[in-house]
Amino acid sequence: MTAAPETPRARRAVRDVVFVDGARTPFGKAKPDGMYAQTRADDLIVKVVRELLRRHPELPPERIDEVAIAATTQQGDQGLTLGRTVGMLAGLPQSVPGYAIDRMCAGAMTAATTTAAGIAMGAADVVIAGGVEHMGRHPMGFDADVNPRFVAEKLVDPQSLNMGVTAENLHDKFPQLTKERADRFAVESQAKYAKALANGNIDPDLVPVAVRSAELGWGLATADELPRPETSFESIQGLRTPFRPGGRVTPATSSPLTDGATAAILASGNVAAELGLPAKMRLVSYGYAGVPPEIMGYGPVPSTEKALKAAGLTIDDIGLFELNEAFAVQVLSFLDHYGIADDDPRVNPYGGAIAMGHPLASSGVRLMTQLAREFEQHPEVRYGLTAMCVGLGQGGSVIWENPHHADYAGHTDEEN
Amino acid sequence: MTENSSTTTFTERVTHALVRDVQLPGGAGVLALVTLDNGLDHTKPNTFGPAGMAELKAALEVVRSRAEAGEIAAVGVTGKPYFVAAGADLKGITSVHDHAEAVELGRMGHAAYTILGDLRATTGVPTFAFVNGLALGGGLEVALNCDYRTVASDAAALGLPETGIGLIPGWGGAYLVPRLVGVEKAVEVILTRPAANKPYKPAEALQIGLVDALFEAADFLEQSIIWAAKVVTGEIEVPRRELDPQPVWDAVIGAAKAQLDAVVGTSRPAPGRALELIAGARDAAKTDAFAAEDEALADLIMSDEMRASIYAFNLVGAGKKPAGAPDPKLARPITRVGVVGAGLMAAQMAFLFAQRLGVPVVMRDLDQERVDKGLAFVRETAEKLAGRGRLTPEAATRIVASVSGTTDIGEFAACDFVIEAVTEVMGLKKKVFAELEGIISPEAILATNTSALSVTEMAADLAHPERVVGIHFFNPVAQMPLVEVINAEHTSDEALATAFAVTKKLRKTAVLAGDRPGFVVNRLLLLVMGKVMDAIENGTPVDVADRALAPLGFPMPTFELLDLVGPAVGLHVLTSLREDLGDRIPASPGLQKLVADGTRVVLDAPAKGLPKPVDPAIQAVFGEALVAGETGRHGQVVLDGDGVLDAVLTTLTTEIGLMLEEGVVPSPQQIDLAMILGAGWGFHTGGITPYLDRTGYSEKVLGRRFLPDGVANVQTRRA
Repeated sequence: MTAAPETPRARRAVRDVVFVDGARTPFGKAKPDGMYAQTRADDLIVKVVRELLRRHPELPPERIDEVAIAATTQQGDQGLTLGRTVGMLAGLPQSVPGYAIDRMCAGAMTAATTTAAGIAMGAADVVIAGGVEHMGRHPMGFDADVNPRFVAEKLVDPQSLNMGVTAENLHDKFPQLTKERADRFAVESQAKYAKALANGNIDPDLVPVAVRSAELGWGLATADELPRPETSFESIQGLRTPFRPGGRVTPATSSPLTDGATAAILASGNVAAELGLPAKMRLVSYGYAGVPPEIMGYGPVPSTEKALKAAGLTIDDIGLFELNEAFAVQVLSFLDHYGIADDDPRVNPYGGAIAMGHPLASSGVRLMTQLAREFEQHPEVRYGLTAMCVGLGQGGSVIWENPHHADYAGHTDEEN
Repeated sequence: MTENSSTTTFTERVTHALVRDVQLPGGAGVLALVTLDNGLDHTKPNTFGPAGMAELKAALEVVRSRAEAGEIAAVGVTGKPYFVAAGADLKGITSVHDHAEAVELGRMGHAAYTILGDLRATTGVPTFAFVNGLALGGGLEVALNCDYRTVASDAAALGLPETGIGLIPGWGGAYLVPRLVGVEKAVEVILTRPAANKPYKPAEALQIGLVDALFEAADFLEQSIIWAAKVVTGEIEVPRRELDPQPVWDAVIGAAKAQLDAVVGTSRPAPGRALELIAGARDAAKTDAFAAEDEALADLIMSDEMRASIYAFNLVGAGKKPAGAPDPKLARPITRVGVVGAGLMAAQMAFLFAQRLGVPVVMRDLDQERVDKGLAFVRETAEKLAGRGRLTPEAATRIVASVSGTTDIGEFAACDFVIEAVTEVMGLKKKVFAELEGIISPEAILATNTSALSVTEMAADLAHPERVVGIHFFNPVAQMPLVEVINAEHTSDEALATAFAVTKKLRKTAVLAGDRPGFVVNRLLLLVMGKVMDAIENGTPVDVADRALAPLGFPMPTFELLDLVGPAVGLHVLTSLREDLGDRIPASPGLQKLVADGTRVVLDAPAKGLPKPVDPAIQAVFGEALVAGETGRHGQVVLDGDGVLDAVLTTLTTEIGLMLEEGVVPSPQQIDLAMILGAGWGFHTGGITPYLDRTGYSEKVLGRRFLPDGVANVQTRRA
């Protein structure tokens, strides 16, 4: 049976999607003495959205077709349909719709890919996608009413709800991933971050945030609060292993509890060209995949397989990796799978979440924003990957193309 | 033991000065950011008292030494969320006992603020105010003393209301404002706006130059700091206007002086003192100008007018919770309102009920023509307000749709609240109530808007007199902030609570009054008017009598007031009061003739904002003007202006004494509140009883004060 000829009128072409720009708040310590302790979560994301609009006066706000904002714990100041409330609080026209989205740690990533899919099929031209997590106000899983069936039917090991325990599990599963390798990776993450900061690769993405403290008065958050540039291999040897007595995962090899928000503008290639919006990256493909919750950190491996397959690429085509460092061992499990060295310079050139922090649902867009800058600095690289693991056993991967590359074929119909 | 000095007879709510370093973007250096914060929630604004001001000064001294050491590039001042500061702590000001202490109050503000004003000259470090919220009085002056100002789009109000409460902007405002925004706008900021009780919105403040930049509230402080960094680096330059030329300065001051002479006269000193300071601001050195502010401020703090103003200000504030009101929980729900009558007063009430209560309102009158007129008023008012942007088109539509008209009294059946506004004839009102009782449910509340008739008598023949309550509105209903709630003999707590609940929803202030003729406002207002007429009848020239009360600083002269309320209405109430209260309420055949002939009693005002003078032609109605001091037509001495004033104040004192004895209201405070809100009598008189106390009338006439010494005046005998 041969397929009937398609009716062009009834089908719309899949359109190119470009990453226009991204920004984030400085990331803060999710503790009572952290810089955002008295700052609302929704205020954090609002400031990022407003900064993006300020940076792009060429984008008429009424042309934004969707605001998708992620949070893992959607209650209190992260509740009430964030995307809609954030749009209103940011001063977007009331005609701009919005929604809240949740895929735990991959919230912002999912906000970006879901809205990008909408752009690709023509449902939207320009979107804002982002995420916020005020872990100080909303500890992970707080107030969640977990279905007793999970335990009764042994659907998951109850311990796998503790992310640190899943990291220990990875050490068990892959004995070659030693504590020493994890420690060295963590030390390197701090060092790379410090260097990136010194080289001016961090500050351009940051949106200053006025922070109030009833005790100290108003201040201004202008820098990440969590990095420990003084970290050395020796200095972290004595650390406790909070997730298992005699374990291998320490605070130094884990991303710290973090408050922060990120957002990005994505657009159809044609509309970006029409409005004069920059295209910092072109979306190539993406994929999400599930793994056993007990080894949730392994999630990026199957999700990357999916994304590569969809793109028709292999891992060798990827020239830059922005991998979320939930735990050092979890990144190492990915690198080992693909035979990439622990200190491969293509991986997290600016350091990662171990240094700057991981405000759960925000981190996905941070990876993208940084990859976009790295693309600019590496025109020789054609493809890059942003990937992250997700609690309860998932992974998310997005492959991007570098418009600065010599072989870039453009992102508009004319160019194509 | 300085903490226990005798001056500190109140507990200061201390506004703290918290200082934090902020990195300016673009490597512009460190900004020392001062946050003013009293540590309390948004219901308690920052205010400045001696301890808070000392803390600010100490904090700024540290900042200054850091500036001298080159550690900082800029200084910023901002407030806790929603407030910079509401000004000086008024409780603190009224607890000042002598002139020296009062001077110190001014000096301490200058001492702190001047650090902000002088820092750039001495160290090159500029100062910024980030006005993130309400900034009134000393709260705005802290910003004015800085080199630059930004304002948040949601700041509730900016202004210098001092002259409205008997003070001058004495922490730099009087000197800095005319130099910053020009002398003409300075008169508006310091005199006109306070008199109208209308502070500035952020956009207005930007427009006249009180602030240099406006940023949206969502990231106000971030954008302000970025703006400050650009000023520091020179990327942004803020132009400053030249001082207005001397002739302009003189002309503006001269015009303002003429206006003050006509409107304020000698009734209160603050506006004149403020104008003197503005006049001198052009050429005075800052230190001299600030010393002059200290002196003027101290004189005013030690004036009875200022003390009475603060008393009045506090009365009005406290008036939002009516004294003597029963438990609000007793109020009956209102789902449908009936208004008996469709005349002007009725239609105004119908509009307001529909607007604020959001329930159906039915107006009933005897013939369809009147009903249609009433409905037309509602429709036209809605259109007018919508046209001016005071109502949304949807709200206007809703109001018009929710008011219906009828000639059938049966349509009141489903109303749970009916208010009558028919002609002021007892027999008619009783008939209306009797008819209504046969139609409405026994639970429904019956209210009367009578201005002078006995509510108790109106209810006397009803099966349920307990449901009858007086709710006396003033004309124009939409603008006048006062309602007198009348507690008749049988009025139940439920009816009373419902009346208070309605009043609150209508956004009026209620004063609870006993069922006595004229209640509070009309009894005193018409007594004053009658007394002036009486003097004229006896021979005092109309123009002399008309101006005789000028020292009180009432909102308008007597005949302009008569013209405003309508001579016929005035006569009607006056006559009604005389019937009930006897001969001490004067009769005026001249007034009767004016009403009968429909004569207009005033001329047009010579200019906008000036009083309307009495038409000298109406002298003829009263007979020839006689010479003061000689025997008049009544066989009494013909009074001059002072004599008329004395007669009025004497009779006012007597009457208020009687009202308190009769229990019309339980205390002088309710009389004062009613006269301030119902008659517009000025804060500087404290309503009226502080004035009668401080001028000695209460002791002379009654042998006692109305209010304890020191409550609304500068205490004469130290305890």
